[in-house]
Amino acid sequence: MRAVGRNVLRKDGVSKVTGAARYIDDLTFPNLLYGRTIRSTIPAGEIAGVHLNFDTAGFTIVDYRDIAGRNIVALIEDDQPCLAEREIRHVAEPILLLAHADRERLLAADVQIDYRASTPNYDPAASAITFKTITIDKGDLDRGFAAADRIVEGEYRVGHQEQLYIEPNGVIAVPGPDGPGGDEGGIVIYGSMQCPYYVHRAITVLLDLPDDHVRIIQTETGGGFGGKEEYPSMIAGHAALLARKARRPVKIIYDRVEDMLATTKRHPGIIRHRTGVTRDGRLTAMEIDVLLDGGAYATLSAVVLSRGVIHASGPYRCDHIRVRGRATMTNTPPNGAFRGFGAPQTQFATEVHMDRIADALGLDPVRVRDINALRPGDTTATGQRLGRDCSARQVLREAVARTDFTRRRKALAGSNRGIGLSLFFHGSGFTGGGEVKLASKAALALTERGARILVASTEIGQGTRTMHAQIVADTLGVPYDCIDVNAADTGEVPNSGPTVASRTCMIVGRILQRCAEDMRARLGAMTPRQYLRAHGPLVVTKEYEKPSDITWDDSSYRGDAYGSYGWACDVVEVEVDRDTWQATPVAFTTVHEIGKAIHPMLAKGQIEGGSAQGIGYALIEEVVMRDGRMANGQLTNYTIPTTLDTPAIEVVMLENPYKHGPFGAKGVGEMPIDGPAPAVINALRHAGFDLREIPATPEKIMRARSASPEQRRPSAERESLRSSARSGSELGVGPQRAK
Amino acid sequence: MRGSISNRRLFEPRSLRDALRMLRDEGPLVPMAGCTDLYVSLNFGTLKDTRFLNLWRLDALRKIETRGAGVSIGALATHTNIMRSALVGKRLPMLAAACREIGGVQIQNRGTLGGNVANASPAGDTLPVLAAADAVVVLASAGGIRRVPFTAFYTGYRRSVMRPDELIVAFDIPAVHGRQWFRKVGTRAAQAISKVVMAACDDDRPRIAVGSVGPTVVRLPRTEAALASGASIADARRTLVDEITPIDDLRSTAEYRRRVAANLLARCLTEFGMS
Repeated sequence: MRAVGRNVLRKDGVSKVTGAARYIDDLTFPNLLYGRTIRSTIPAGEIAGVHLNFDTAGFTIVDYRDIAGRNIVALIEDDQPCLAEREIRHVAEPILLLAHADRERLLAADVQIDYRASTPNYDPAASAITFKTITIDKGDLDRGFAAADRIVEGEYRVGHQEQLYIEPNGVIAVPGPDGPGGDEGGIVIYGSMQCPYYVHRAITVLLDLPDDHVRIIQTETGGGFGGKEEYPSMIAGHAALLARKARRPVKIIYDRVEDMLATTKRHPGIIRHRTGVTRDGRLTAMEIDVLLDGGAYATLSAVVLSRGVIHASGPYRCDHIRVRGRATMTNTPPNGAFRGFGAPQTQFATEVHMDRIADALGLDPVRVRDINALRPGDTTATGQRLGRDCSARQVLREAVARTDFTRRRKALAGSNRGIGLSLFFHGSGFTGGGEVKLASKAALALTERGARILVASTEIGQGTRTMHAQIVADTLGVPYDCIDVNAADTGEVPNSGPTVASRTCMIVGRILQRCAEDMRARLGAMTPRQYLRAHGPLVVTKEYEKPSDITWDDSSYRGDAYGSYGWACDVVEVEVDRDTWQATPVAFTTVHEIGKAIHPMLAKGQIEGGSAQGIGYALIEEVVMRDGRMANGQLTNYTIPTTLDTPAIEVVMLENPYKHGPFGAKGVGEMPIDGPAPAVINALRHAGFDLREIPATPEKIMRARSASPEQRRPSAERESLRSSARSGSELGVGPQRAK
Repeated sequence: MRGSISNRRLFEPRSLRDALRMLRDEGPLVPMAGCTDLYVSLNFGTLKDTRFLNLWRLDALRKIETRGAGVSIGALATHTNIMRSALVGKRLPMLAAACREIGGVQIQNRGTLGGNVANASPAGDTLPVLAAADAVVVLASAGGIRRVPFTAFYTGYRRSVMRPDELIVAFDIPAVHGRQWFRKVGTRAAQAISKVVMAACDDDRPRIAVGSVGPTVVRLPRTEAALASGASIADARRTLVDEITPIDDLRSTAEYRRRVAANLLARCLTEFGMS
């Protein structure tokens, strides 16, 4: 029976359900030490002195002077030190590392750091340091605006968001002689991570070791959402430095507070739109300005910005577009990868703006989207001509029909409920020429019963092992159970690139499929067992091959930004409590076109989970920064949605195959989080609350401008507004505005 | 976990008498039971105390029983005990409603009424109920028992009249004859800390208490007096707004708390059939 398209058992299901799966904190080694990170407590300045106010006997102590290689977290830019030397750019910047065999003594060790503080900057618009600027130009903006009947402008703001994987960051570093490199001092690092080869590179640069002296092994990982894309390179570096100095294994596990205070978050952003439209709703010009707050170091800001600006004009046809994006430095912990990677920020702005355009023209929001939605043959902002796998209108029409959107919208008018929608898309794989640069490899080893998959793609809960095994099983023509999946261990698997960017199925899955095709051809009529007896071991390795019809010019930002796009439409109905301004999503329908659902249940899980995370982004999740420090860095006060905060999520999956994807599959991991926030804000607008900022907490909804004069405020209060002479100031509508 | 535990000492009494003696002879000790608040600060690295008195095993303090027409609830009754008590369900349903909205199941199984009161957070969810119901706090020490009206129990932010040698052993709650009302407004639909929490009953006259709008839970004597003398809902809202002193913090704003408290009052009074 074929595996693709069926809900086969997860490869990692039994071990996770029974508790047999071993996460990083489940592992231990003889002579293990525990590591602790001493961090800055100021947002900007210099280190003036370090005082160790404890008995240092039995401690291993590491600072930047112990680094044999380069003191950087190697990624894109070389600006972030692994351990601060003098300059401090953010709160929780690592300065000193301690290790001890006894956790209690480690916790009790008192280190005092003296500083010369300087003035921090928290305003990305006022920053003196720009990490990256990108401009996308299509057509002639002046001509576009000249053709417009109306110009609609708007400014939209999005906040930080914490990934909040269940398992915090953690690693164990084990130094030689048991490790690679023998007595010469190689190192093995086990850890919770998305990208073993990113960690591998960072460690070779930090320790100045040859590639084959460093081995990175992913342990079972309790979620990532992008939060374990770049940060594991930092914590792995710390454990490695301690382990090399102590010549003993070192374990560093963050608790939730440290994880929230020190590690990356989603970039906050300010996005401005100026749009030319004709009277009948056609987009003639889109001028978009994107500003992302990168935090203290560049990390992945340049590529987050790239994905952000490419998605900034939404899934819409327009001949004249200019998108200008920049990511700047502020004195907060670096922002980084988070599911969606820039696209949730920019598409939030686009989709709220589209509803405001519809309002300005007195048109139906569905109609404005339908007129402008990209069709096969249209070109995107970067000039990419879309093929038949463009499904923007199909998802819109399906979502509208299923929810009876237009009738429902009329029916709810005047109530404390509103209904809103969002139309969005998401490019699968690395942006532009990224996949060519990565040159990812995947391999397949023949086994007695079938084959073993050798990829660096990590299972982080999303179903990598299962989905890859399905693709290989069907291509090779063997049962799903006959496919094994190797651990993501750089000592055993080739570099398949990072597990990010909705690329694990579409890109790595396709390379694996090519391995399986080749292997099947070599087997001919033989069973795997017969082949092994006759010819000995067989390992087929393939590298990414760029489809010939994809072109990209990075200098002009023109061409095929992504091999393919997924398309989706969310419809959400929100109820606003008349007394508390709490907005509760009461119905949620999402239509996702993803090429091919390799494993429908897992794909649906991705869509439901991403939608729930998007609802949190829209309404609840608020990172409160005070003096550059996350003030609510604990689960008590950084709240994410519970099942009582999310409605039943109706998921509809459409399949319009991508010709270069395995069995037609596109990416699915990130797209679901792009749509909920604008759909919720549009629903709130329909309910009478005009917001342009998320999270839309009840406090913000309370202060929102009324979307139209007829719209209602909570009834009891309206009464007192009329009856009370002093209610103006009391209710905050007068001059006494808080803050 | 950021707080180390090896430098802390735990006393394990076998009876209430034992516990009170330890408090007198070994004090000061921090009483602990469900630890649902204590462990948060231990985990966060902010727990300074080093000597603790574990009350969890003192089952005698877990009783929920009739007391005249009212109810007596032992300090160690957990939120789950209270939610499941038929007596509470019948005589003090607003307390069961409050317990139901505290934390998740695990917290409800461990957290105690006495702990919620002793922790003295102005956001404690059971506190407005005890205040509105005119509960009496029963305090015990090696020297004897004293009874303090709940409304006189707190003296300021996280401060109370309880002496270091005393334990809360029970709450005596007189009969509530009229309707009862409870509403919690948290940062999400469940498992959240209150931004505003209100309890009310309308015995012979309305009694209203609000949490998270000042340094302690508060009764609203002026609002109650106004209502008793026939004030409209709109007038009562204005009096309430003058009577509370909310602040901006991590979870909400003073303005939001003020406006929501006024709205909740109006909602409650409307449900009580006032106009």
